[in-house]
Amino acid sequence: MKLIYEKSVAGRRGLKLPASDVPRAADLPKNLVRQESAGLPEVSELDLVRHFTNLSRRNFSVDTNFYPLGSCTMKYNAKITENVAPLFADSHPMTALLPGGESSSQGALGLLFELGGLLAEITGMDEVSCQPLAGAHGEMTGIMLIAAYHRAKGNRKKYVIVPDSSHGTNPASAAMVGYEIITIPTAPYGDMDLDAFRAAMNGEVAAVMMTCPNTLGLFNPHIKEICDIAHEHDALMYYDGANLNAILGKVRPGDVGFDVIHVNLHKTFGTPHGGGGPGSGPVGVKKELIPFLPTPRVIMQANGSFALETSNPQSIGRLANFFGNFGVMVKAYAYIIMLGREGLIEVSEQAVLNANYMMAQLKGHYDVPFDLTCMHECVFSAARQLKHGVHAIDIAKYLIDRGHHPPTVYFPLNVKEAIMIEPTETESKETMDAFIAVMIEAAEMAEKNPEVLHEAPLTMPVSRLDETKAARDQNVCFGPW
Amino acid sequence: MSYSPNTPEDIREMLAAIGAASVDELFAPIPAELRAQSFALPGGMSEMELLRRMKELAGNDRPLIGFIGGGYYDHYIPAVVDHLSGRAEFYTAYTPYQPECSQGTLQALFEYQTIICRLTGMEVSNASLYDGGTALAEAAMMALRVTGRNRLVIDAAVNPFSREIVRTYLTNLGVEIIEISSKNGLVDRQALTAALTDQTAAVILQNPNFFGTVDDLSDIATAAHEKGALLITSVYPISLGMLKSPGAMGADIVVGDGQSLGNPLSFGGPSFGFIATTKKYIRNLPGRIIGETLDRNGKRGFVLTLQAREQHIKRHKATSNICSNQSLCALRGLIYLTSVGREGLVELARLNYDKAEYAKGVLGAVKGVQLLNAVPTFNEFTLVLAKDAAAVVRQLLDSGVAAGVPLGAYYEGMDNCLVVTVTEKRTKEEIDALAKQLEAAL
Repeated sequence: MKLIYEKSVAGRRGLKLPASDVPRAADLPKNLVRQESAGLPEVSELDLVRHFTNLSRRNFSVDTNFYPLGSCTMKYNAKITENVAPLFADSHPMTALLPGGESSSQGALGLLFELGGLLAEITGMDEVSCQPLAGAHGEMTGIMLIAAYHRAKGNRKKYVIVPDSSHGTNPASAAMVGYEIITIPTAPYGDMDLDAFRAAMNGEVAAVMMTCPNTLGLFNPHIKEICDIAHEHDALMYYDGANLNAILGKVRPGDVGFDVIHVNLHKTFGTPHGGGGPGSGPVGVKKELIPFLPTPRVIMQANGSFALETSNPQSIGRLANFFGNFGVMVKAYAYIIMLGREGLIEVSEQAVLNANYMMAQLKGHYDVPFDLTCMHECVFSAARQLKHGVHAIDIAKYLIDRGHHPPTVYFPLNVKEAIMIEPTETESKETMDAFIAVMIEAAEMAEKNPEVLHEAPLTMPVSRLDETKAARDQNVCFGPW
Repeated sequence: MSYSPNTPEDIREMLAAIGAASVDELFAPIPAELRAQSFALPGGMSEMELLRRMKELAGNDRPLIGFIGGGYYDHYIPAVVDHLSGRAEFYTAYTPYQPECSQGTLQALFEYQTIICRLTGMEVSNASLYDGGTALAEAAMMALRVTGRNRLVIDAAVNPFSREIVRTYLTNLGVEIIEISSKNGLVDRQALTAALTDQTAAVILQNPNFFGTVDDLSDIATAAHEKGALLITSVYPISLGMLKSPGAMGADIVVGDGQSLGNPLSFGGPSFGFIATTKKYIRNLPGRIIGETLDRNGKRGFVLTLQAREQHIKRHKATSNICSNQSLCALRGLIYLTSVGREGLVELARLNYDKAEYAKGVLGAVKGVQLLNAVPTFNEFTLVLAKDAAAVVRQLLDSGVAAGVPLGAYYEGMDNCLVVTVTEKRTKEEIDALAKQLEAAL
């Protein structure tokens, strides 16, 4: 398909601007003014509409395909949430920061405060800041809070511990805050090796970052013990909320002993992923860490109205332009109050049921590195298929030809040829059965006719793309104009 | 209600296949003592009830006639932006890890990268960052990596919120940040040049700056480069329809917030941050980058590229911890700029400039009002009032007008200063009315 720039014709116009109702002002001095055109496309509105409509048709999406991308919780995004977010479209964030402006923003501030309260109850924490703009941003914020806590106590800390099955964002976020990383291997029972953890633990460890259930979809039965060991060394426990969809109403990280958490509103709380964002990564803390939370912080006053605390000497400061990805929060808030207590519990129950069904139906056909009851996702290995020269990526590409978005492949890194499937609670048995049938077909094909898998996909606008060429050419901008 | 389609019969069949007696049994790996001690949430509600509740809540935000910016601007959003970005194939997809079934998102982001390069006059752009403030912090960290140095010089006329984000990001890394106070809304070139040493990683400026002042930063680029430092500029994208591009001034890294490009105010987010640089620094860029390539049949296609910089490969050695981008907001920016088009952007910038110049004249003529100085501005300018600006703004809010951003909270000794923003959405009538209200308040 042509690029929009290749469809541009000099003189074509899209939007019509209003005529000016004020006199034309004197021009700016020439040295301040742009001499060359910014070279934006020139297309009619219909050209534009066809271009982007046709581009959209070149995507798989939750609304068009099963999308069991493990670790990403690609659940159905309720349409009503798309209708409620625009109710706040015209609320200017600066209004609330004007002197006396909070009274004009009581709706938005109230929503922020209430959402924080709901998330605190869901996770068992004492206060939640909704400012972080995504999951990784929440992780970085959480580690900054931990650094501030240690600084205030005069603790000298140097390391952050992560298991080898952790999301790459965990060590990367800790490194952004200046910590060195200690990586702990996974034990044969599928969780962080407890003995290795004990051996690595020392007084210079600032935090231990855990995902629970972990990226293998397994709930760590030793999690309480890990929290206790960390606390003995005045290290804080960080909960990566990427997999919270598995435990709503079942376990609260705060009850278990975690001190800081982030949640991904775009995973657990049903807001759309947008082709890679916007997300939202609120951070929750126990009360010892409240003084360090980002500013501005939303508070409720004695008279029940909402206000902003804009400065606080102990705060880690500001992490976003204003209050975070508010539009995403509106959707998540709507989702939470619409589902309510029982609905959220059902989310986790059905998500776990679906994942275990997937695991039961496929484990005869693919290797299971850890054959245990899984939580919301299950991890297979294509090691058996590799004997026939078929990689996880080949199976993924075959799934595309059969109309399914592939699961996450090659993650977690500690499983060879990993295939990580997260069906989510919103998928039906029929949809999963159709997917399972294709997965079994692919396993059979690997033995009988692996070439078919190597050639896939054949039904997409493009066949397999040369990633090495892309990295070598570094052609990231269409030019010249 | 959870949008789960499973019927009791489905559940029975699935449990039988698993070999479990009940759904509860699947939660057996969780020890009893770790079970939730509370889950005191309200009961659920229907769509109809939800809509009523949300309207009630949103109704508590008071509509105002806004002359405020602070980094977020009330621009008109063409209808095509909502309609096209509202296609579920875009908004219910995720990061395009599987390029063959994600060419829609990938091509759109490649077109986005191109439009950012053209707008800023730079050579390469990533596929977007979270927002303008975090993009500035990422740019600062990028400059530290590129130069291997440890000191930043930042002009105080850079948006105070962005400066605060930069400080938050860098607090734990032992980076020295030297802030240069502004002289009457203008960058203090003498102080800035004096602060430049061979340990300076970057000079950070904003154009137009927080006071609204428009400048040509070419001489500062030269001064920075002589010391081996980079020039980072933060820009307001709509202004680039009129103002000299940062690329033409010699900037090395350009960032900004994409809210004004088709993203609603929405109480501060989501928008997107853009970052663009020159080819030689591409490997130091944070975040996703889309590259052009060929498929097995020689057909053009697009993929995520240079992923070896990123956290999912490099973990703690990555250029940034960022994972997601603001893809959908960036798509809105692309659709917006395509709809406005080549000549439209020039006209739109002119409309903003003309209205602001008109407002400057009318408001500057009010008794008790002066302009901070006579420097060129784009669509924001700073007034000096005869009274405390915070008190005036508070008073005018009661009559439904957000008259501007008082500077007292952000700059020492500027209690009487007010930054007024005018976009194409403000009418002559509204501007004239503001002049009358201001006169009455002073």
